[in-house]
Amino acid sequence: MSVEAREKRQPWILLSPALGAVTLLLLVPLLFIVVYSFWLRSAVGPDTVGFHLDNWQRALTDPFYRYILFNTLKIAAITTFFCALLGYPAAYFITRSSGNKLILLLLLMLPFWISYIIRTMSWINILGSSGALNSLLMSMGITSSPVQMLYNEATVILGLVHFLLPFMVLNIYVSLDGIDTNLEDAATSLGATRWQAFLQVTLPLSLPGLAAGGLLCFVLGAGTYITPLILGGPRDAMFANLVFEAIITQLNWPMGSALSLLLLIVLGALVAIYNRFLGMSQLTKGLS
Amino acid sequence: MGWAAIRAYTILVYLFMFLPVAVVVLLSFNQNQFGSFPMTGFSFRWFEALWNNDAVMRAFRTSLILGLLTALISTTLGVLASLALVRYAIPGKNLITTILIAPILVPEVVLAVALLLFLNWLGIGKSFALLLAGHVIFTLPFVILVVQARLVSIRRDVEEAALSLGASPVQTFFSVTLPLLMPAVAAGALFAFTISFDDITGTLFWKPGGVETVPTQIFSMLRNSISPEINALGTVMIIITVGLPLLGAAIARQISIKRGM
Repeated sequence: MSVEAREKRQPWILLSPALGAVTLLLLVPLLFIVVYSFWLRSAVGPDTVGFHLDNWQRALTDPFYRYILFNTLKIAAITTFFCALLGYPAAYFITRSSGNKLILLLLLMLPFWISYIIRTMSWINILGSSGALNSLLMSMGITSSPVQMLYNEATVILGLVHFLLPFMVLNIYVSLDGIDTNLEDAATSLGATRWQAFLQVTLPLSLPGLAAGGLLCFVLGAGTYITPLILGGPRDAMFANLVFEAIITQLNWPMGSALSLLLLIVLGALVAIYNRFLGMSQLTKGLS
Repeated sequence: MGWAAIRAYTILVYLFMFLPVAVVVLLSFNQNQFGSFPMTGFSFRWFEALWNNDAVMRAFRTSLILGLLTALISTTLGVLASLALVRYAIPGKNLITTILIAPILVPEVVLAVALLLFLNWLGIGKSFALLLAGHVIFTLPFVILVVQARLVSIRRDVEEAALSLGASPVQTFFSVTLPLLMPAVAAGALFAFTISFDDITGTLFWKPGGVETVPTQIFSMLRNSISPEINALGTVMIIITVGLPLLGAAIARQISIKRGM
């Protein structure tokens, strides 16, 4: 074999294990559950192979599923909004601070290394009936018995914001850091107030980062089932909880396939819209 | 005035991020037998209880083995793929990159369901093998992104010099490329280990009955109520997943100082 032909083959040899793994463990399984979603669960024995629309019909028309889907998107949207509200000023401060920028960035990376379940359950120590807040209220004599603050939709959102905020701050920081500060100075020297300069120069330039952070928060928030299980009440299920219930508790795998594909389609549509307008590269910027 | 307000706001945001976690660590040293406020003294009793809790120790062993194997496989696959992507001009590079990072573009729940159902159909039910496959595929994109970012900065001409001096490609890889690559490999492996060690979303779908990892163990302990033991377990996890990278970074720095770089 000629040297050139070997040169040509080499990258594919290097790529084949990873590409093979993704194909076998993700792409083919995804196609497989598309097929599986048209099968039917039978009361005894293996699921019935065939082409039945029952699961999809139920997934799309059942008012309960529709309500949960709507609720999930609502919770994800509120979470994203609060992440932006909390995250933007913090990211701006990190970008413009001179002395302790490094330590602020290091601290910002820290939550990524702390387990999601620990950060989620940590709120039980704060808001639980024997938590920090209740013992404070009781020791000050404001209440005589613990106030029930946990296990509702608000605490689910709180937990999600706490989990996703670092993604938002990091993405906004990456795009803010790439903006030439001279631009804002130029605007102020031409007569704009600092606030105007921010609104008309810096903010528009940082929108790609805000959008990337927003997409990550929304998609990760809408796909979670652990947070509602830990911080939500029995009525605060999200769409991924339905998937978990169908697969693990009810063992209705065809239905679980249809539900997870529905979630994939809804969130995939969002990613596709984002990709159409902003491109995927912005998303991976924050990671490297 | 404006700047001071932003500073105060940022401090509050950082407090929001870290205060609850700090409370976990604080309460894990609480003497009080209910492990709640008020603090009554400093004690290691909950860590001792963990040490004597067989279920917790089993979960630790499972998580450790799973994390190490995941890191080994994922890093191997990721480094090879990154080399191909950074070092060669290949057609369809963007498409290949998208396929390779697809596991983080798909919601983890969906990935978990698809893998579980497909491998089960192939005859591999809920098992350690399924867990390992899931963790590898989920961590692979992170490894590729991290390793690729580091690889770009390694100069090609050193390798070419080795080749032109008569080293074979394999010799060149092991005696020139790999040593230069080590920081990237270590970063990728560390990343894969921590993500695997922390994962719960996919793990709950893939784990066989009776097998627990540390996160799923915490999850099942939470079913009763929060206990000081859970806080202690949380503290140990934080020490492992935060302390390990910091230690790694410190060692890497020591080595590079010794080399005079």
